[in-house]
Amino acid sequence: MTAKIKPAQGSPYARILGVGGYRPTRVVPNEEILKHIDSSDEWIRSRSGIATRHWAGPDETVAEMTLEAAGKAVADAGITAAQVGAVIISTVSHFKQTPAIATEIADRMGAGKAAAFDINAGCAGFGYGLTLAKGLVVEGSAEYVLVVGAERLSDLTDLTDRSTAFLFGDGAGAVIVGPSDEPAIGPSVWGSEGDKRDVISQTVPWDDYRVGDVSQLPVDEKTGELRFPALRQEGQTVFRWAVFEMAKVAQQALDAAGIAAEDLDVFIPHQANMRIIDSMVKTLKLPEHVTVARDVETTGNTSAASIPLAMERLLATGKAKSGDTALVIGFGAGLVYAATVVTLP
Amino acid sequence: MAATQEEIVSGLAEIVNEIAGIPAEDVKLEKSFTDDLDVDSLSMVEVVVAAEEKFGVKIPDDDVKNLKTVGDATDYILKNQD
Repeated sequence: MTAKIKPAQGSPYARILGVGGYRPTRVVPNEEILKHIDSSDEWIRSRSGIATRHWAGPDETVAEMTLEAAGKAVADAGITAAQVGAVIISTVSHFKQTPAIATEIADRMGAGKAAAFDINAGCAGFGYGLTLAKGLVVEGSAEYVLVVGAERLSDLTDLTDRSTAFLFGDGAGAVIVGPSDEPAIGPSVWGSEGDKRDVISQTVPWDDYRVGDVSQLPVDEKTGELRFPALRQEGQTVFRWAVFEMAKVAQQALDAAGIAAEDLDVFIPHQANMRIIDSMVKTLKLPEHVTVARDVETTGNTSAASIPLAMERLLATGKAKSGDTALVIGFGAGLVYAATVVTLP
Repeated sequence: MAATQEEIVSGLAEIVNEIAGIPAEDVKLEKSFTDDLDVDSLSMVEVVVAAEEKFGVKIPDDDVKNLKTVGDATDYILKNQD
């Protein structure tokens, strides 16, 4: 006999209830990057739109930045940390892989025995986490879910690589996803293109430091000591994919949510590069009234943290307001992508 | 119907003008995209994608780096168009 299993009771829909961000205190202008590479402020700005980025100090660990952002998101959502039932953290730059950093965050923020786990979905990490969170809330496994993108990409930056040295920044962005009476997070258009897994990647795997050919490992030019792997990418290939293929994905997310471009208030793409953002806006033919997040100028590319950081700043500066309809799209190493339409908290 | 060399150059000139704001009359066979026309590597990607659409060709990333001049691009399109 098959016994009848009682299903969980979820909410009919889910929404983002609050957002919070943390940017490290130290602001790094292009002039500082230029000590390491033969380039110019004008070149960096024209290729990336980046003028400054934040780099974390020794005390601004992935955990500390996450806790700051999470605390703000919880307060913004008007809940208590104890109500958080699941913690999802997307990061590629927390170097103690076990245990998942999410468990430390759940404990230290006061979320008690909340389910807690990390995900690795590169610059699409926020969208992946949001998709999971929505599912948990609707299915009933958690009433409130914390989703955080947190990165210290300065640790994975090769300062001698003139094509990437200026790109990356550090920070954490968090949202609380919870129950809603109305649809406020659209269908996710997400996926992967693993045949392009070498287009953006870490230069060497960590276990090469133990068993690999040491002569192939990255070395600090000044000290001669082995240094961390770095992130590298094939810029033109990434640009082409991001602008033209991701514009299609963004359009699919709009279509799936039944939202016309005219009805959109805000566009928050992953803050990879201003040129990608500008070209996507053009390719998508977004109407002039749509507010476009351009946080990359002063934040750099913070991978999974970039969308919630940009969202928080747009709301904090009054460029976007609660209830606005926003298209969000993340894309990056994998290659992976995730796009959806959300109602802003 | 396949485009002639003349049609391809004038099509590329329109594209370069639209993307990089370079006067169309400056776009000539011997001109280098980066050195003479100030088309940087990212704008070059946009030029290539627009050219693919306009002329019905596929220009893979690996081939883009060989297209130094307007003449290179024109020859490539002439050989590979449908």
